[in-house]
Amino acid sequence: MSTETRPRAGFDLDRPWQLHPQVSVRPERFGALLYHFGTRRLSFLKSPALLAVVSSLGDAPSARQACRSAGVTEADLPAYAAALATLAGSQMIRERVSS
Amino acid sequence: MTRPLALVEQFQYGLDAPICLTWELTYACNLSCVHCLSSSGRRDPRELTAAECRAVIDELERMQVFYVNIGGGEPTVRADFWDLVDYATAHHVGVKFSTNGVKITPEIARRLAASDYVDVQISLDGATEQVNDAVRGPGSYATALRAMRHLAGAGFRGFKISVVVTRHNVGQLDDFKAIADRFGAQLRLTRLRPSGRGADVWDELHPTAGQQRQLYDWLVACGEQVLTGDSFFHLAAYGEALPGLNLCGAGRVVCLIDPVGDVYACPFAIHDSFLAGNVRGPGGFAAVWRESELFAGLRRPQAGGVCHSCSAYDSCRGGCMAAKFFTGLPLDGPDPECVKGHGARALAAVAGAPAPRPSGDHSHRSNRPRPVPVSIGPRPPAGPGPSPDRPGLPPDRACDQSPLAGFRPG
Amino acid sequence: MSEMTADIAEATDHPAAEPELAAADLLVEEVSIDGMCGVY
Repeated sequence: MSTETRPRAGFDLDRPWQLHPQVSVRPERFGALLYHFGTRRLSFLKSPALLAVVSSLGDAPSARQACRSAGVTEADLPAYAAALATLAGSQMIRERVSS
Repeated sequence: MTRPLALVEQFQYGLDAPICLTWELTYACNLSCVHCLSSSGRRDPRELTAAECRAVIDELERMQVFYVNIGGGEPTVRADFWDLVDYATAHHVGVKFSTNGVKITPEIARRLAASDYVDVQISLDGATEQVNDAVRGPGSYATALRAMRHLAGAGFRGFKISVVVTRHNVGQLDDFKAIADRFGAQLRLTRLRPSGRGADVWDELHPTAGQQRQLYDWLVACGEQVLTGDSFFHLAAYGEALPGLNLCGAGRVVCLIDPVGDVYACPFAIHDSFLAGNVRGPGGFAAVWRESELFAGLRRPQAGGVCHSCSAYDSCRGGCMAAKFFTGLPLDGPDPECVKGHGARALAAVAGAPAPRPSGDHSHRSNRPRPVPVSIGPRPPAGPGPSPDRPGLPPDRACDQSPLAGFRPG
Repeated sequence: MSEMTADIAEATDHPAAEPELAAADLLVEEVSIDGMCGVY
């Protein structure tokens, strides 16, 4: 796995993000289920750490910070960035308008 | 970072709640479709009351079940149906209901179009009146199309048109798509199982091997545009899997709650062998989902039996439990429609042996096509006591023909 | 279960996924709510 933490094309780790308001989060043993009531799509988060990241996005100044607080190592950051990019692509998460 | 498990492996530990489930609200129905998976027609007098239904919804909310598919019978014939739908959505449980369209008036269609959390699924089994009505009865095509017109007219985009694929409609797939496109709806194709009354017509109605391949190729070409409810996961053995989890969800991620509160592994397996419990028990639905022996067994890794050595096993997972059960095949062997032909051989081997019969038969008596067995001697008195069809359960009290006779919303 | 099976299970949920999304598939799988067998 690459040691660089350059964000994936299209996903900015250094922006503030949030869960989409129409998404319901259900923690599970393996991580979590996310259901979007608008798109009717289901996402399986396959790590409890990813759940922690997603849950804290709304309060963190950036996605990168949310990952750090959840204990994601630099080595693992690209995989988490890619996961967040997938979630953004399906509208499970969206950029937060900073106030 | 350790590699996360694939979903098929995750589910072996079970989930604390279903992801979604089917809830048959009533066995009453204005139709008598020949292949009805729940053998519906006459209301069961032991139906859950409205209060009991609300209690179930409260549980589903606590468990965070994301959505329920409300069916039956014809769920809209319950007088309290619309109230229950509103109650569910107010309690954060999404609803899709399956209907033959009989109650979808323009007014109802407008109300439905205004709700974000209610989806509608209209059943249709022929792209033409002739093909459809042969299975669903005279007038059913007209009823369905009228409901679709009303929904489209009310601005309801993306409602579902759900088709059970049979030998006689598999040649109409493009026409079904055209109907869906015409009404701004989404087409859904599902698998015919030998369940309920389907047991009696499966031999004549299920697609041939050649038609099955045709269906698969068509679905692959449609991609995510056409839904399937993951009901063709056994076709993954052809090669590329269709969209979906591609595994049997029964007792693992989904289940059925029937009109009298019985909880089954899935709506295609209404039989005592797949009965996990009843929501009227002390722990309600949650206790059944979490503690039933039946579900615990389904959540243990399945060995695969004789299918295990087949190169396609990892794709098809041995196919559909209900399809095997109701054709008299062993559960640890091939699906009757196994694409490699193993199922056809297995069926030939059990030909002549009686297959399990569905538990309970709520069919309208006058339409029941099966011959009634003749017995000599006085009929047993009505009242508590086992019924020969369903050992251990009390017999139905005599019902009027009308599904609504004596019904009082609770 | 074998590595290969895990690959199949992941790959089949994203038939159109490009290679660079393979890493995301490790942590996230997405499916339609209609993608669960046993709900008619």
